[in-house]
Amino acid sequence: MKAPFSWLKDYVDIDVTAQELAEKLFSCGFEVEELSYLGAKINRVVVGEVKALTPHPDSDHMQICVVDCGEEYGREIQIVTGAPNVYVGMKTPCALDNSTVVESNPAMLEKNPDGIKKIKKGKLRGVESFGMLCSGEELGINDDFYPGAEVNGLLDLAKDAPVGEDIKKIVGLDDWIFDISITANRPDCQCILGIAREVAAVLKKPFKVPDFSYTAHKTSAAPVKVEVQAPDLCPRYVGHYVEDVQGGVSPAWMRKRLALSGIRSISPIVDITNFVLLEMGQPMHAFDADDIGGRKIIVRRATNGEKIVTLDEKEFTLTTDNLVICDGTKPVALAGIMGGLNSEIKDTTKNVFFESAKFARDNVRKTSRALGQSSDSSSRFEKGVDAYTNALGMDRALHLIEELGCGKVTELCEDVCAADLAPRKMTASVAKINALLGITVPNEEIVGILERLNFQPEIDGDTLKVVVPGYRDDVDGYPDLAEEIIRMYGYEHIVPTFLDQARVTGGGLTDEQKRELHLKNLLCTQGFLEAYNYSFYSPKDFDLMKLPEDAAERNAVRILNPISEELSVMRTFLAPSMLMNAVRNIRRGNDEGREFEMANVYMPRNTAASEQPEERKHLVLGIWGGKNDFFDMKGAVERIGEVFHSAFTYERAEKTYLHPGVSANVILNGKIVGVIGELDPSIALSLGLDKKVYLGELDLEAIELDDRIRYKNLPKFPAVKRDLALLADEKLTCAEVEEVLMHSCKYVTEAKLFDVYRGGQVPAGKKSMAFTLTFTPDAQTEKAFTPETLDGYVKKILGNLKFKLGIELR
Amino acid sequence: MKEKIEALRSEITAAMGQTETGRALYELKVKFQTELKGIMSGMKDLAKEDRPVFGKVVNEFKQDMESKFEARAAVVRQMEMEKKYAEERIDITMPGKAYKGGALHPITLVKNELIDIFAGMGFKVFEGPEIETDYYNFTALNTPKDHPARDMQDTFYLADNLLLRTQTSAGQIRVMEKDAPPIKILSPGRVFRSDDDATHSPMFHQMEGLVVDKGITLCDLQGMLAEFAKKMFTSSTKVRLRPSYFPFTEPSVEVDLSCSECGGKGCRLCKGTGWIEVLGAGMVNRRVLENCGVDPDEYTGFAFGMGVERIAMLKYGINNIKTLFENDTRFLEQFTD
Repeated sequence: MKAPFSWLKDYVDIDVTAQELAEKLFSCGFEVEELSYLGAKINRVVVGEVKALTPHPDSDHMQICVVDCGEEYGREIQIVTGAPNVYVGMKTPCALDNSTVVESNPAMLEKNPDGIKKIKKGKLRGVESFGMLCSGEELGINDDFYPGAEVNGLLDLAKDAPVGEDIKKIVGLDDWIFDISITANRPDCQCILGIAREVAAVLKKPFKVPDFSYTAHKTSAAPVKVEVQAPDLCPRYVGHYVEDVQGGVSPAWMRKRLALSGIRSISPIVDITNFVLLEMGQPMHAFDADDIGGRKIIVRRATNGEKIVTLDEKEFTLTTDNLVICDGTKPVALAGIMGGLNSEIKDTTKNVFFESAKFARDNVRKTSRALGQSSDSSSRFEKGVDAYTNALGMDRALHLIEELGCGKVTELCEDVCAADLAPRKMTASVAKINALLGITVPNEEIVGILERLNFQPEIDGDTLKVVVPGYRDDVDGYPDLAEEIIRMYGYEHIVPTFLDQARVTGGGLTDEQKRELHLKNLLCTQGFLEAYNYSFYSPKDFDLMKLPEDAAERNAVRILNPISEELSVMRTFLAPSMLMNAVRNIRRGNDEGREFEMANVYMPRNTAASEQPEERKHLVLGIWGGKNDFFDMKGAVERIGEVFHSAFTYERAEKTYLHPGVSANVILNGKIVGVIGELDPSIALSLGLDKKVYLGELDLEAIELDDRIRYKNLPKFPAVKRDLALLADEKLTCAEVEEVLMHSCKYVTEAKLFDVYRGGQVPAGKKSMAFTLTFTPDAQTEKAFTPETLDGYVKKILGNLKFKLGIELR
Repeated sequence: MKEKIEALRSEITAAMGQTETGRALYELKVKFQTELKGIMSGMKDLAKEDRPVFGKVVNEFKQDMESKFEARAAVVRQMEMEKKYAEERIDITMPGKAYKGGALHPITLVKNELIDIFAGMGFKVFEGPEIETDYYNFTALNTPKDHPARDMQDTFYLADNLLLRTQTSAGQIRVMEKDAPPIKILSPGRVFRSDDDATHSPMFHQMEGLVVDKGITLCDLQGMLAEFAKKMFTSSTKVRLRPSYFPFTEPSVEVDLSCSECGGKGCRLCKGTGWIEVLGAGMVNRRVLENCGVDPDEYTGFAFGMGVERIAMLKYGINNIKTLFENDTRFLEQFTD
């Protein structure tokens, strides 16, 4: 919301600077996001009077002026100008040596984005010039700011402009614009008047109410009757008939107010509707009354397929979700958004029917979004207009009609109101208000604050009685009053206490949350960096991962209104995000790395789409580059299995996005709980990756993370290791051999493959596998292994290997 | 005989002076012992009466030589060590070798720190669902369908009634429905808003706090946030409340902390104001309590919510929110604990 300082001063005698006011507003809940000085680009430009003119000896269009800029700046300043409209006795803005004005040359603006043009003394075709005489454009103003500002040539100032005076004061640039952020609960402050009420309250100054008076004249015209068929969407509709409308130009004061708000003057009637919107926050509409068929205004829902052409000549096809204003036969306005072309104000308009209404904000918003049509009015209605202001806005408009003399206000008026306009009375306990705040605000402060905010407070004992102002729909309970009081009393009165009255509670993480953190820390100790990715990705990621059409991962929750297709489906597995992390890193030259992410995936349930999907926590790992291979990934998962007591086993996996020969399912208790492997080389090729990427993903919901530490007593005697080189069939896997090694002797606590060898003395179709076996004595067994007993165990193991797998000792 | 001994003495002593290694000294000693044996074997040729005299001379000779060997051994050991030291001398300016562990993401670091601070004050951690119903995200939080506050947040919808939560406040309702006061919960997690530009990310993290009990006041909120500010930033960090608006709190406040960069004097980080907007808070709206079956005439409470990314960016001086989600290893490595 933009509020000019000069306009606020119409309603309050402000005796503080713009900066001080900005701080006061900030403290009571109105953050001034920007306070800008209108004349910021203009410096050392003063009123000058042209005293003498002589032609330039070397130019047929330039003239040499002697300019009087007053005692301070010089009585006889020589300035060369090329402006044709200069004359002796002219008062015009004079930019002195070392001054700045607004850059108006578009070619220069590109070089000079701050838009400031510097003026220095110099020679124009050999004649010295000590400044520049300025046009309105060079001051950045138009006719609405100052009459004649758009003339092609020098700005011809009024004859009473005092010589030497700062030009900003003369043309209205000595002003500040407050850009104020208005919270959603205060639509009443989306206008100058609303801000002015707050300014008056915070400065403890009286509020000067604008003039709402007018005289209603008798008329012979037939009345325009209003019928509201959709009171839920239009709680109040106020209409008034004005005849003998005059064209012409609005007065300078109004044009300037509009100009300060960035609105061009059009005609008195249109200017008045714009002015009332700015001043009162009430959107107004003016119909050409003679275009209203049947002398009837009907407010109703549109019929399906009904059409309207709005003022900007756009045609819209409507539905019953849209509210329209109709005459006896056809729509004449899209309610709250824009008037119809068929009833717009023209130069020839004689009679006007003014509308000041409240339309349901939600409906205006929905219609505006659905049709892609918006206006200052619709954005105002979306924030919420109160029924109280409808009539007040109309009164103000009618007063301005009279003041501007641009029409005759008749006695023909309509007010269809379904809203309750009775003043809302509220009572509250002073003690409760103070209890919520935690301090005791003195009663006289409470009364003073609420009086200034127009709540008509009365305190009797503990009872506070107020009448809520008609424009304060947001106030409906004692906490609202507490807020009004404290924001004006000052938050600096709140003193820190530490839950003096509350009971002690125990806090902290749940066991599950602690285990998740433990898992993250475990991964960090293995060199993994934690990643965070968005919870959504592109459906194209499923294609990239070569998922078949019927893949479970493709059954994803979709966002109805995504930012883009790239961020439109909720993740069903995390691997695509991790792959993208690896790709991004490799492309940035981060050749080697390991990352993990722990996050939810979202699995739709088979029931209704309106049911919340299942959120399952997944862990994804990514390793790329360096000397890493599949077993680095497997090692990381094995480590998780060890620490969290999960006996993972591994079986060859079939995943479209993993190398068929270098991938494995992670199995726990017979169920697949994850998958690890190398990125499918064809995907790597399509991504142009020159590094191998390994991905691993675990469904943490399927794994009972048990990180309790169970201590085992140390054996009395040390473990003994024996190495065995075995000659095994090429087809046998390490896991198959391990299985026999581990289960042939109860003292074997580990069987670890350390070498595989083919060729040389190894026959074709066979491979040599070297294992280190660890024999650990029982804690209870009171003796160490002798070489003989160990030999016995090994013999038994070898027997089993030969019997079960046909393996020989090499 | 004596001549032989003296010759051997001078020969071995001279040779000993040349030895520089333990090995050479050992070999010399073996040679000496062999030669000595030879000399001693000549003893049987001596007259019987000369033998004790000669035995004494040999013994003295042996002891003399052994002490010489011992002395030389110490010298040689020292020489050998000197040599070893010289040989093994390294360029200590070469880079060290460290095992580089991984690192938690700054979002996790800040989350953990916040949890530590508030857990110490009795807050339990509650994580609600990320996909919420309209009711928990809006309606129960006093934000009905036509409420203008719904415009403040652009919501991702999944179905008519289903959305990606825009705020962790949704968790408040779930806790209050389940538990009776006293309630002190902290609700961290991912939230989503349809906003994607230089300073906004469509996904970010919030940390929501809620206290409901008898006699909770705005002063308590101020006190608790003052404690948080001191622990999270510096012991001199100050808290400032100023009026604001959220549908689920009344009164609502915006909470500024004194700028940790300049200590409140005003700098680039705080845009010269000395204050940094860090979180939103307020006294829980009566309607929200009612919606959860908590009697607002018996209980009051306060709630606060902050952006985890914002805190992380302030704390670590990260200037662009987007880098938090790019997962560049050069970024992540810097947060090693």
